Amino acid sequence: MTGRMRLPQGGLVKRDETLSFTFNGKSYKGLAGDSLAAALLANGVHLVGRSFKYHRPRGIVSAGAEEPNALLQVGDDPRTEPNLKATQVELVAGLKAAAQNAWPSVDFDVGAVNSLAARFLPSGFYYKTFMWPASAWKTYEHFIRRAAGLGRSPSRRDPDRYDKTFAHCDVLVVGAGPAGLAAALAAGRAGARVVLVEQDHLLGGALLSQPGAAIDGKPALDWVAAAEAELAALPEVRVLKRTVCHAAFDHNFFGLVESVTDHLPQPPEQLPRKRLWKLRAKQAVFCCGAIERPMVFADNDRPGVMTASAVRSYINRYAVRPGRRAVVFTNNDSGYGAALDMEAAGIEVAAVVDTRPVPAGPLSERAEALGLRILSDSAVIAVEGKKRVRRVRVAELDAEGKNWVGAPQVIDCDLVANSGGWNPTVHLFCQANGRLRWDDVHGCFVPDKAMQWGQHVAGAANGAFGLGACLREGAAAGAGAAADCGFAEASSAAPQAENHDFLPGRWLWLIPGEQPLGRKAKHFVDQQNDVTAADLRLALREGYSSIEHVKRYTTTGMATDQGKMGNVNAIGIVAEALDRHLPDVGVTTFRPPYTPVTFGIFAGRDVDDLLDPVRRTPMHAWHERNGALFEDVGQWRRAWYYPREGEDMHAAVNREVKATRDSLGILDATTLGKIDIQGPDAATFLDRVYTNGWLKLGVGRCRYGLMLKEDGMVMDDGVTTRLGEQHYLMTTTSGNAAAVLAHLEDYLQTEWPDLRVYLTSVTEQFATMTLSGPNARSLLAEMTDADLSPGALPHMAFTPGKVAGVPARIFRISFTGELSYEINVPASFGMAVWQALMTAGERYGITPYGTEAMHVLRAEKGFIIVGQETDGSVTPLDLDMSWIVSKTKDFIGKRSLTRADMAKPDRKQLVGLLTSDPQVVLPEGAQLVEKVLPQPPMPMLGHVTSSYWSPNCGRSIALALVKGGLARKGETLYAPLADGRVIPCVVAESPVFFDPEGERLK
Amino acid sequence: MIESYLRQSALDHLGLAARAGDAPAGAAVIMAEKTLPAAVNLRGNKENPAFAAAVLEALGLQLPLEPNSVAAGDGLALLWLGPDEWLALAHNAPPEAEAQLAAKLRAALGDLHAAVTEVGESLACIHLAGPRARDVIAKGCPLDLHPRAFGGVGHCAQSHLAKTGVLLHQVGPENNGAPAFDLYTRRSFSDYLWRWLEDAGREYGLVVVAP
Repeated sequence: MTGRMRLPQGGLVKRDETLSFTFNGKSYKGLAGDSLAAALLANGVHLVGRSFKYHRPRGIVSAGAEEPNALLQVGDDPRTEPNLKATQVELVAGLKAAAQNAWPSVDFDVGAVNSLAARFLPSGFYYKTFMWPASAWKTYEHFIRRAAGLGRSPSRRDPDRYDKTFAHCDVLVVGAGPAGLAAALAAGRAGARVVLVEQDHLLGGALLSQPGAAIDGKPALDWVAAAEAELAALPEVRVLKRTVCHAAFDHNFFGLVESVTDHLPQPPEQLPRKRLWKLRAKQAVFCCGAIERPMVFADNDRPGVMTASAVRSYINRYAVRPGRRAVVFTNNDSGYGAALDMEAAGIEVAAVVDTRPVPAGPLSERAEALGLRILSDSAVIAVEGKKRVRRVRVAELDAEGKNWVGAPQVIDCDLVANSGGWNPTVHLFCQANGRLRWDDVHGCFVPDKAMQWGQHVAGAANGAFGLGACLREGAAAGAGAAADCGFAEASSAAPQAENHDFLPGRWLWLIPGEQPLGRKAKHFVDQQNDVTAADLRLALREGYSSIEHVKRYTTTGMATDQGKMGNVNAIGIVAEALDRHLPDVGVTTFRPPYTPVTFGIFAGRDVDDLLDPVRRTPMHAWHERNGALFEDVGQWRRAWYYPREGEDMHAAVNREVKATRDSLGILDATTLGKIDIQGPDAATFLDRVYTNGWLKLGVGRCRYGLMLKEDGMVMDDGVTTRLGEQHYLMTTTSGNAAAVLAHLEDYLQTEWPDLRVYLTSVTEQFATMTLSGPNARSLLAEMTDADLSPGALPHMAFTPGKVAGVPARIFRISFTGELSYEINVPASFGMAVWQALMTAGERYGITPYGTEAMHVLRAEKGFIIVGQETDGSVTPLDLDMSWIVSKTKDFIGKRSLTRADMAKPDRKQLVGLLTSDPQVVLPEGAQLVEKVLPQPPMPMLGHVTSSYWSPNCGRSIALALVKGGLARKGETLYAPLADGRVIPCVVAESPVFFDPEGERLK
Repeated sequence: MIESYLRQSALDHLGLAARAGDAPAGAAVIMAEKTLPAAVNLRGNKENPAFAAAVLEALGLQLPLEPNSVAAGDGLALLWLGPDEWLALAHNAPPEAEAQLAAKLRAALGDLHAAVTEVGESLACIHLAGPRARDVIAKGCPLDLHPRAFGGVGHCAQSHLAKTGVLLHQVGPENNGAPAFDLYTRRSFSDYLWRWLEDAGREYGLVVVAP
């Protein structure tokens, strides 16, 4: 036997499969097919937690997603998750669960002292008390959060794997109850691509808890089984169980979370724990059913008070007795279903307390015929028992239902099954901005108008509560949705069933208690956030009358259950107090997610080394083998420097810089952006995008160009080569390649569509290696058939040729100030050519240098790096590069350069900077001032953009942007540092620190 | 003659050849690197009949005008990339093939305003096939790959797969009915994409095979 409250027969549980689990450290047994809540109830455990604010003992209230109380911490750290609803957790062997908001235990909880202080913890208490001083909030928050409890997040990284996927379908059906199954069948039979989503692990919805229901004259579950089999056989239908459609976004884009392995005792290693489905549907049919509304009566939160439908689920689906002696408290016909089921299961029904003067409806009539004790026109006005219901007091109501009359009678019971009516589950419909209307007869909000194309609601979610209507509406909606996608309606008739709902009802929003409201007993509206009817009244007294304000002030409906049970009651109570018609008060906004989702699904597999691509050059493996350290340049990973044994960064970079100037260095420059430009108007195009002139560049010649944005600020720079009459190759900075191509395409397509020019990215077509240094020509000459003589290939010229037997493009250009050749070979030959150069270069002491040495070498020459010397606010004039800005032609950014502001003498301008002590290297980013004051603030003139130790100059060098810097040559400035040092430095005559005449290029 | 043994694919460092076996019967997904495709990017004006005629003359293929369609011939495919952009692709070609293909196109196009650019060296090609191939791709690509939406064999599309740009070309089913795709990505991204796909295919038992 798995629990003393297990019924000897019935239910959809597997009696031959016993599962052990623990709750709060104690071992229990349940059955396969149980929810955790069902297994706890089977063992007689009702008390599962303490409430959020008052730490009141709380029990299981529902059997589904609406559960406000039974929120448990499941699993061991780090594989632990807080706030799981016991009603939704599938029991699995070895499961470990614990109550969350109780210390040291649910039975004895220290925090319960809050209950005694309830008078001092009214709504808005936190707002009023902890708002001032604002700076102290961080202190308050720490204690409030800890006291509030509600679960622990894992302390270490999540060991599980998560998956994300895109998906598409014609028709999405949410919910696999009778309406959803009928919809999926109709759409699927028509040939549409259907996705049917069900949060449960069984299809059938409410039918799983109603064994007496019949469809087409047969047991309803037989029909469900046949529907499931048919759907499985339809090739274009996908049924996703254990999947919650948690979000409806615009244009029929939905978020779904599938629980893949949580129900498996030993999940296969290759499976993700959960999967996020990003589903794009053409049509959507919401068949989400309805959620039973509890009644708001005195101390309605005591363990043992449940919804009537939950009682039916536990008895019929799980074969569990939620109590031994029950009182049913209802205001409509459906509560009698629980009474009848309990009677049949051998649970004593002490009384059915019905607020209606005349109990009516098919279930009421059957109960009457069975001779159940029915107390009409009455209400439960008090509940006794703290950790479990012990008895209730029942009294007759006055005509208005606002007060009780006569003498209350006491009824012993350990279970109160209550029903206050039904609310259609309209969450997804409303997330998608659907409009609701108030149904006075059924006492609930029902969908009125979908605001997104192709969205339908069917069945109880649409206010059609009878089984026959559910099937009819579902079939019609499914067929209609398929037809709207172009699939002819299949001519199958909708399945038939009895069609009665829960009418008639008497909708009372607040049941009077023994004492005036707010005195002694509590009428809970939102059990998870501990919001009572008295709190709502307080909010109204304090002047909040909009339901959105009442919600925020009281926090009703703001817990993780988002008020699935309590919201309409709250609206009803507010409406009554304001003496307004309920729909005039309106509903609060529905927002995703429908039920909480775990963060892991949003990360998916975008973690660790799959977080972001690492772009590798063809020679990457060589750099790795030769001990390079790498730096990230955009997504590229570039060799930074190659330390030899015993070398630190400083030593390695010095060696690389020195070797390049003394003999020969080699750099992997593959990451340089390369854009192939072809067409008769290519020269005109270049002339417009660069600041300098391009019409006269000869074939086989290279030119440096500077590109501005429309605002006149430097955007990019690089060398462009004329490969043929109508053929150019542009290079861009490594990090900017994609942005430059987009910029150029933008202009071609939108501003100058008349220019006959085509652009193609060839960045990755070539492996690029730069040979630099006095011996560059000697080595390359050994390796190529091209004529490298200065006459044939002068500085800034290009020649095709073979290098190491591989077809290559050779550019004589230099970023180091040394004799340099940039060699492009087909990418797949990059490694071979690099290795050939390294082998042949041994006699010249060829030295691979990384990006750091490259930076030093170019800084020695005063060459800028876009993004280092520039930051989007620097013009060519600021860089003292007016020599490259044409005065005669137009180009992008020219208009902006003529603004008066651009000519202001106090703009920040690029200058060279030499520290007074040549041994001291300024930190990059250091601020510069004219005069050092005892403490900040002091007027800042600018900052250091580049700063290195230059082994070739034998001293430190720096570049800086300084206000009016070009007029400050020879002036001494100061760099006050955070560590208290003040470094004096002099503005250099020129930012070119090495070989100012350019002799070495010859 | 260029020494083709000197060439190295972008995935060389993963040692795939050593891992690749034969495709086991019933594998849900198989994945292989198709090494070193030859590819030429073609730009031109489709409204000009001389342009289509020159392409036909050079490649023996009708210029595909339907978006995302592919003209396939003997060992050569011509993929529609945009209203004025196509990609000519060949596999298992010698290293000279790409330049020869480009030269043939340039010769046929003559003075027409068109652009012929060799781009095969910039690409890596990953072949993914099997009954669950679509599911693996769907994990990172927002396109609807269902035959009703994608068009099936002979169709291509440019999109993103995880965090890389990708060109998808559906090349199967042929006999066994399972879909097969060639996925082209820029070679520097191929290491990331390969590892990403292996991880995404793990739950289906993805098998690495020889091309």
